[in-house]
Amino acid sequence: MAHVEEHDHHEELPFWRKYIFSEDHKVIAKQYMFSGIFWAIIGASLSILFRLQLGFPDMKLEWLRPILGGWIDESGRLDPEFYLALVTMHGTIMVFFVLTAGLSGTFSNFLIPLQVGARDMASGFLNMLSYWFFFVSSLLMFFSLFIETGPASGGWVIYPPLSALPQAMSGSGLGMTLWLLSMAIFIVSQLLGGINYITTVINLRTRGMSFSKLPLTIWAFLLTAILGLISFPVLLSAALLLIFDRSMGTSFYLSEIYIGGEALPNVGGSPILFQHLFWFLGHPEVYIVLLPALGITSEIIATNSRKPIFGYRAMIASMIGIAFLAFIVWAHHMFVTGMNPFLGSIFMFLTLIIAVPSAVKAFNYITTLWRGNIVFTPAMLFSIGLVSFFISGGLTGIILGNSALDIQLHDTYFVVAHFHLVMGAASAFGFLAGVYHWFPKFFGRMMNKTLGYIHFWFTFVGIYLVFFPMHYIGIAGFPRRYYSFTTYEAFRTFGDLNMFVSLAAIMTFSAQFLFLWNFFYSIFKGKKAPLNPWKSNTLEWTTPLHPGHGNWPGEIPPVYRWAYDYSKPGANDDFIPQNVPYSQTPESNLPHENALIALEKEIEAQNYNDQFKQPH
Amino acid sequence: MSETVNFLPVAEEPEETLSMNPKKFILWMFVVSIVMLFAAMTSAYLVRRAEGNWLEFKMPAIFMYSTVVLLVSSASMHWAYRAAKKDDFGVLRTAISITFAFGLAFLVMQFLGWKDLVAQNVYFVGNPSGSFMYVFTGLHAFHLISGLLVLLFALRAAFKLKIHAKNLTQIEVCMTYWHFLDILWVYLFGFLLYFN
Ligand code: HEM
Ligand SMILES: [Cu+2]
Repeated sequence: MAHVEEHDHHEELPFWRKYIFSEDHKVIAKQYMFSGIFWAIIGASLSILFRLQLGFPDMKLEWLRPILGGWIDESGRLDPEFYLALVTMHGTIMVFFVLTAGLSGTFSNFLIPLQVGARDMASGFLNMLSYWFFFVSSLLMFFSLFIETGPASGGWVIYPPLSALPQAMSGSGLGMTLWLLSMAIFIVSQLLGGINYITTVINLRTRGMSFSKLPLTIWAFLLTAILGLISFPVLLSAALLLIFDRSMGTSFYLSEIYIGGEALPNVGGSPILFQHLFWFLGHPEVYIVLLPALGITSEIIATNSRKPIFGYRAMIASMIGIAFLAFIVWAHHMFVTGMNPFLGSIFMFLTLIIAVPSAVKAFNYITTLWRGNIVFTPAMLFSIGLVSFFISGGLTGIILGNSALDIQLHDTYFVVAHFHLVMGAASAFGFLAGVYHWFPKFFGRMMNKTLGYIHFWFTFVGIYLVFFPMHYIGIAGFPRRYYSFTTYEAFRTFGDLNMFVSLAAIMTFSAQFLFLWNFFYSIFKGKKAPLNPWKSNTLEWTTPLHPGHGNWPGEIPPVYRWAYDYSKPGANDDFIPQNVPYSQTPESNLPHENALIALEKEIEAQNYNDQFKQPH
Repeated sequence: MSETVNFLPVAEEPEETLSMNPKKFILWMFVVSIVMLFAAMTSAYLVRRAEGNWLEFKMPAIFMYSTVVLLVSSASMHWAYRAAKKDDFGVLRTAISITFAFGLAFLVMQFLGWKDLVAQNVYFVGNPSGSFMYVFTGLHAFHLISGLLVLLFALRAAFKLKIHAKNLTQIEVCMTYWHFLDILWVYLFGFLLYFN
């Protein structure tokens, strides 16, 4: 092996081309991974700050002054406007920077070329550009945390007129401008990335890798990228019009509003228009966040149940169904905007249909687990945890999807509980599962298992402790994004529950340091990984331990079978990788597979887009 | 390698059986994202228009002429492609240059159109019906400028003799993008005329 690797590097790239402005998808994936983890730490810390306020409203926070400065007022409390900034930035960071860029950026980049059998992405250059656009957008967003008027504070959905009028609140000033700028660049970055993912999956598959043999991870990444390609430009339009309203005085979203007795000069704008545009992205966005996690889960659950995934085609069909429906349900976020109730019931109907493909997926995961020889690796535990969150959060989605019920529940903690379970926690678990599972491929070393188990149990239990009580608070009618529970007599009774939630949040947050320690320690000191530690079928495990740019020394292996030949009756081993031809496994072939032996020569003779004949 | 290729009859050149040229595919993906950008804009226009309080004004006549200019540029773009296929380098350069010139002329005319709007007292800031007019034309012009850059690259390649019958990818990408920008404008123009 060492010999082969030496042979690979016929031309050494300078350091900055190899690790900084790299065009190698594996390096870019790591860049996204480290950035995602960085943002996750920031995003989670912000949430701890506002949980302190909610759980312990009388707490003296002077000790935070060295970091937060003037945001802690004279009496040692969190400034109410800063509270709004915190929830806004927490949402923005988690949804876009961690679970969109961090998750897709890491795993689509890393796994697409490795699992479809390509040397690299279709355009390494655009891929590099995608990361650096993301980097610039990150810098702007990060910088906005430190400006005097504070970052954007109108919620992650930045509804106008609040966000459109700099005089509305201090966070609608420079902070909002930076938010919009940062997001515009972010969208460009995601489009560049997504275009590359789609092109690579469709055009750069290795010989024999037909769509019906693609691992479910790749299907998920492909559909995610398509969702992004179609919906992100719409958000860009929405943001552009908002920028014009803010900076040039147009009236797309602003109408004749009176502020302090004085009319604005604007005429005839419509704030609801923004909500339509925003949610046309916003709803697909929640699936952009979730689908990659589901893909990762499919792969990990099949591998570690040592069973073929149940209903491979049904999984694909339900993902396509979800992706399609995602574009025609956006108005379920707008039931209370005064929309025509008849229109509301149409959107309600469409929304509830999503429960069908979602249920198919949940059922298939459980059936795959059923009577499998389950290997409980940390990645497997996180995947099972994801399925659990997906189900418990999905159920509340069905409740919210009913427009009549949503009138009561809209903008309460019930919604917060719903989407944190089904989107936040589930996708975060997808990310963590992916890191645990592919760590040996990323760094050639293993992570510590025991720490992984402890990390899992604290996080899993912690998340339920944090979000389950929120359902009750929400049903009782407490609105989200309020600075304080103690202002209203009716909600004082929730003081204890909130304290409990905050304590659970702090515990869950602290448990993440176990992961961080494990992660960074293992990069340098972890046990050296075997080539195929989980006995998995997909192509990435056929590469050398530290694949060079180009992934495979010599030819890219052709593919003969699907990715889920686990525990096949009659087979010598309990897994048969995708690149093993049927002619080598007569003992386990089914009759129709014997017929496929004749096609092997044809597969091998196929031409394919080998981007560079000589890996380097 | 090159020797064997010389002996092979053209018909036996290996074909790419699995896929499309990734560069062309990437272009189509960009086209999809631009389409979505404008789809969002035009739907926003319709949603907003349905709410009433909508200023009506006359579409500047010069947009009609600019449309014709852009259509002509598309024709000459096609001419360039035909020339490239026949290895007719002189015509290729001329045709690309003509396309470029007409593209520039289009931009100038769009700008004159804005002046006409101002003369009608339709400003960027004001009733959204006017603002949308500026946004549509402006965004399209922005993309057209990117098209002009692509054309410049093609022109440079044409002078370096890098575009020929065996190497058509670049000119094909260029042509597809240019035709797309043309169709996009025709759509926007028709849309604005119809829903004014
Ligand atoms: C059975 C499937 C689902 C249904 C019927 C459903 C329905 C809904 C409804 C009606 C709302 C609006 C609540 C309100 O604001 O009043 C909502 C909010 C939300 N849902 Fe779901 N949902 C489902 C699954 C999901 C999934 C899978 C995700 C993410 C992966 C998700 C993420 C969200 C988010 C992020 C919000 C809140 C957005 C915000 O206002 O900040 N939902 N859901
Ligand atoms: Cu939704």
